[in-house]
Amino acid sequence: MIRRYRMSSIQFNWYNPMLLFIEQLLNGLQLGITLFLLSAGLTLVFGIMQVINLAHGSFYMIGAYVGATVTARTGSFILGILAALPAAALAGMIVEVLVLRRLYQKDHLDQVLATFGMIMFFNELTRIIWGRQPLFMDVPPWLTGSIELIPGVPYPSYRIAVIAAGILVGGFLYLLFTRTRIGMQIRAGASNREMAGALGVNIRLLYTLVFGLGTLLAGLAGVMAGPILAVEAGMGESILILTFVVIVIGGIGSIRGALAGALLVGLVDTLGRAFLPIVLRLFLSAAYADGIAASMASMSVYILMATILVCRPRGLLPAHG
Amino acid sequence: MVLNRQTLAIATGAVFFLVLPGLAGLAEEPYLVTLFSRILIYALAAVSLDLMLGFGGMVSLGHAAFFGIGAYAVCIFSFHGFEGTPILSWPFQLDGNQSGLVLWPAAVLLSGAAAAVIGALSLRTTGMHFIMITLAFAQMLYYFFVSLEAYGGDDGISLFSRNTLPGIDLGNDIQFYYLCLATLAVFLFFFNRLIHSRFGMVIRGSKENERRMKSLGFPTFRYRLACFIIAGAGAGLAGALIANQTEYVSPGLMHWTRSGEILVMVLLGGMGTLFGPVLGAATLLLLEELLSIYTEHWMIFLGPFLVLVVLFARRGLYGMIAGSSGDHD
Repeated sequence: MIRRYRMSSIQFNWYNPMLLFIEQLLNGLQLGITLFLLSAGLTLVFGIMQVINLAHGSFYMIGAYVGATVTARTGSFILGILAALPAAALAGMIVEVLVLRRLYQKDHLDQVLATFGMIMFFNELTRIIWGRQPLFMDVPPWLTGSIELIPGVPYPSYRIAVIAAGILVGGFLYLLFTRTRIGMQIRAGASNREMAGALGVNIRLLYTLVFGLGTLLAGLAGVMAGPILAVEAGMGESILILTFVVIVIGGIGSIRGALAGALLVGLVDTLGRAFLPIVLRLFLSAAYADGIAASMASMSVYILMATILVCRPRGLLPAHG
Repeated sequence: MVLNRQTLAIATGAVFFLVLPGLAGLAEEPYLVTLFSRILIYALAAVSLDLMLGFGGMVSLGHAAFFGIGAYAVCIFSFHGFEGTPILSWPFQLDGNQSGLVLWPAAVLLSGAAAAVIGALSLRTTGMHFIMITLAFAQMLYYFFVSLEAYGGDDGISLFSRNTLPGIDLGNDIQFYYLCLATLAVFLFFFNRLIHSRFGMVIRGSKENERRMKSLGFPTFRYRLACFIIAGAGAGLAGALIANQTEYVSPGLMHWTRSGEILVMVLLGGMGTLFGPVLGAATLLLLEELLSIYTEHWMIFLGPFLVLVVLFARRGLYGMIAGSSGDHD
């Protein structure tokens, strides 16, 4: 379960509420960035190919496992990342060619069923290869310290590196879609598949590449989450559901929406966990307050999503077309 | 009744389920009775999902929530009944109970009420959003029960003994099996009447073309909501049965992978048919059971099997067995 590990890694600074708040804000930002890496790929696949891919979390898991293994063997985190990215992208492209390609014309229900089957396959495959015990990844030595971004708030360098990497990827995606030829082709393929095909774009190849890009981002999220969470079979599902919440909140198919949704979900989840117990303790006895706060915090993201869907059924920043 | 492949398939199935406890007794495998009780209960949940999925066109990925509510309702009531403590002392006194005559209708009512609230909010959306919002509500309830420490939280809660019913000993596995079979048969009969009634016509019509049904003057939202509630209540009844069968309830019952499994049962068997979900539940659970004899990594075979079913057996297993004379299309 994702919750437990995340809670243990939060450092509480009980003495100064303002500093605690900033710290939790950064934690929320870091979770939001991880979610963004996952949801960018998922929303692309949905927006362009109209496929619900429940197995997206599996590529996150593949990235984490390959990254953890290579890091443990070579001792280099960078090599771990460099191995995890192509592994996740390659696995994604193989799955696209073998299975997903046949699902584009089918309805959502078939896609849910087939990708549900793929989750089972990948979870069991990792159990066969790596066993049932979770793997633990160490934070690379050059990122173990902490940095005082704001005076008085020491913050782990590793988490700052994750945030920075996420911002870099976001910028890269923006440039890719707005400034390059392949980005233009992807957008053309999204708005009218036949027309783009008639104009000489190889749609099949393009879809495979887009899918590979999405799973590559999922793999990156996985390997970066490795040192923060435990690497285990099934780790993809707990984050997958949050990722779906993100893209539904943001508006399916919209990268900007994914960014907004990811940050919102990351902040609501993290701040809820940190501050709901404190707030509720003002009104209720401590044991009672903690129990209720824990359940409210876990539910908060889903409540947020239900509220947004009821008020704006197409999400906050819906894609055009 | 015309004798065709479909009637033959149904009759074979019915006879098989009726004589199963006898067969299990002959083979000296009493475990089979337990296994098939479980199959019947999941079949009930799958049939209820099929009502909204196959006939109403509402793809819900949160059906296990109602299953779990039914199970928890039974467990919490009989927990208090056993302890002799009230469930609520304010605003009114509500005592625990162990009688199935009280508990099972309560489970159905509670899950139906939950379905009414969730349905009223979810049915404002369609398509992918509907899938996701039902999923979100189910996860909300899942985390709610995880944090319910008084009733075991994450670890779940055990039932001290099965509920009581006049004239039936639920503790006896064979009697319990026949009760499940009878419940499923009654539900299937009710289901069959429902889909061929005016109500069922409207539901099926609004799946095909909602706009046309609206312009014909049908308040489709209300019909769909009623369908959602009936499906939720059916799953609640299945939940009440599973709580009695396993004598244990945990939040795992309402995890989203459970919703996925029920969905798989419906699709595997053939959605939009009466008996398809029963066949799907039996196939999936038996396949799990069989594969786990040979390997602990049975999911590595089950996963690709599901993919193959989607790619090559679109109408589900029931469509293959009953042929083109299936219920619909």
